[in-house]
Amino acid sequence: MQWETVIGLEIHTQLATNSKIFSGASTAFGAEPNTQACAVDLGLPGVLPVLNQEAVKMAVKFGLAVNAEIGMRSIFARKNYFYPDSPKGYQISQFELPIVGKGSIDIRVDDGELKRITITRAHLEEDAGKSLHEDFHGMTGIDLNRAGTPLLEIVSEPDMRSAKEAVAYARKIHSLVQYLQICDGNMQEGSFRVDANVSVRLRGEDELGTRTEIKNVNSFRFLERAINFEVERQIDVLEAGGKVVQETRLYDADLDETRSMRTKEEANDYRYFPDPDLLPVALDDAFIAQIKTTLPELPDAKRQRFMADYGLQEADADLLTASREMADYFESAVETSGGQAKLVSNWLTTELTGRLNKEDKSLGESPVAAIQLGELVKRIADNTISGKIAKQVFDVMWQSGESPDEIIEAQGLKQITDEGAIEAMVDEVIAANPEQVEQFRAGKAKVMGFFVGQVMKASKGKANPQQINALLNAKLKE
Amino acid sequence: MALNEDNVRSIAHLARLSMTDEERGHYAEELSTILDFVEVMRSIDTTDVVPMAHPHHATQRLRPDVVTETDQREKFQHQAPATEGGLYLVPKVID
Repeated sequence: MQWETVIGLEIHTQLATNSKIFSGASTAFGAEPNTQACAVDLGLPGVLPVLNQEAVKMAVKFGLAVNAEIGMRSIFARKNYFYPDSPKGYQISQFELPIVGKGSIDIRVDDGELKRITITRAHLEEDAGKSLHEDFHGMTGIDLNRAGTPLLEIVSEPDMRSAKEAVAYARKIHSLVQYLQICDGNMQEGSFRVDANVSVRLRGEDELGTRTEIKNVNSFRFLERAINFEVERQIDVLEAGGKVVQETRLYDADLDETRSMRTKEEANDYRYFPDPDLLPVALDDAFIAQIKTTLPELPDAKRQRFMADYGLQEADADLLTASREMADYFESAVETSGGQAKLVSNWLTTELTGRLNKEDKSLGESPVAAIQLGELVKRIADNTISGKIAKQVFDVMWQSGESPDEIIEAQGLKQITDEGAIEAMVDEVIAANPEQVEQFRAGKAKVMGFFVGQVMKASKGKANPQQINALLNAKLKE
Repeated sequence: MALNEDNVRSIAHLARLSMTDEERGHYAEELSTILDFVEVMRSIDTTDVVPMAHPHHATQRLRPDVVTETDQREKFQHQAPATEGGLYLVPKVID
């Protein structure tokens, strides 16, 4: 049977505000337990939530970036459920009138084609605290530092048809929220959390199959694996004549499988109602217009510009605009290099990225700053050093953090371009290797490589290769 | 539309309220009269009426994004039945 996979994602992004969505407590990650949980976050009697203006701006910023309808009047609602990491007994969220309505974003699918994914809505809500289930004498420990951290929950339509598409969409949103500087995107710390609604149906069916929701996925790699596992599992159930049960499943990365969470006796009956503690949020055109002016150049536009302005290939432009950090690094290095876009692109996407990957570092942790890479490329372009020596300089730079010019100077790596000096070395090599000279003259052109290598060696790698080639050619053919 | 005792039972469960059978019967009746009143209101044409989200004709005031709260953990935890290592302890939650 031909099965079709249908996926929709719910992405929770922690907004990068200083204080919480409804209180003045700090949102900094990693503080001592409960030192950032104030009376409002604890839900103590008599407290009132007051909405953080920055959280509203960030939500609107996202809405504008995905061409969504902005909710000029939005309403906060109480989502009622009991769990100890939510001390009020409800989560303040948005239900009927969210701040961001319908929008869309384009992803690139396997064949390079663009596919439009519809974003159903994005709403503001507060995060819950954390439950620690390690043994506290048979009790559970609760840390409410995270309670009240602003979240923007971005809900997509079930528009994705494979785990790969789902990952492409999630990555695109991940990149976008960082471009917009509304979320730090740190998946390990839980700043960007993806839940996947997965179902399968026979190809050609219009109706959706019963879906399950996968939670607890903290990397894109695991997202792809978890969805693939879940799709296989559902197909197996259906082909064996069974029925998929609508439930929440947790992904276990160690076992690479999804597991059923205890099915709740009462299916999602959250009894939403407007929160009487919060008035409707009214936005005006001036507020929206002001936020529009703060929108940065978005990834798709940047990618187009990189191709047009720097003459980059599509694949390089994709890599260099994948994150704002990368794009900024690239542009800064190009500027320092004196406009050597192609060379900078090569060095950035191969040498630097390779080294970062090897040492499991992010670009932000790179010991080589954009300006240093730019200077290095500049020295290659103006023939101060060869590409080969540049790798040597790069190594030193990576270790010591010195500038390329300092390294070139200190280690005497300046390329030898003095015609006379190179000629002397060429003469020496020719004189020392009569046998190879014979071979070359007998038509064995490959020996050329040997000569270039010898002269390079004699110059300790510093002679200009073009000059060596020209001189050797002239001399050997004499 | 009337609520039966089963409806009341499940609503009470969601709200974690315990009640006797007698109370359940009483609430089923009382809550049903509220729903009857809602039925009466439904007969009114509200096509041009914006749904009310709040009885006050005002909009939400926004707060600048500034950290104003200091750590008062000790004070708060003083009132908690059980704490350890800065955590609030609650009866074990099994997931």
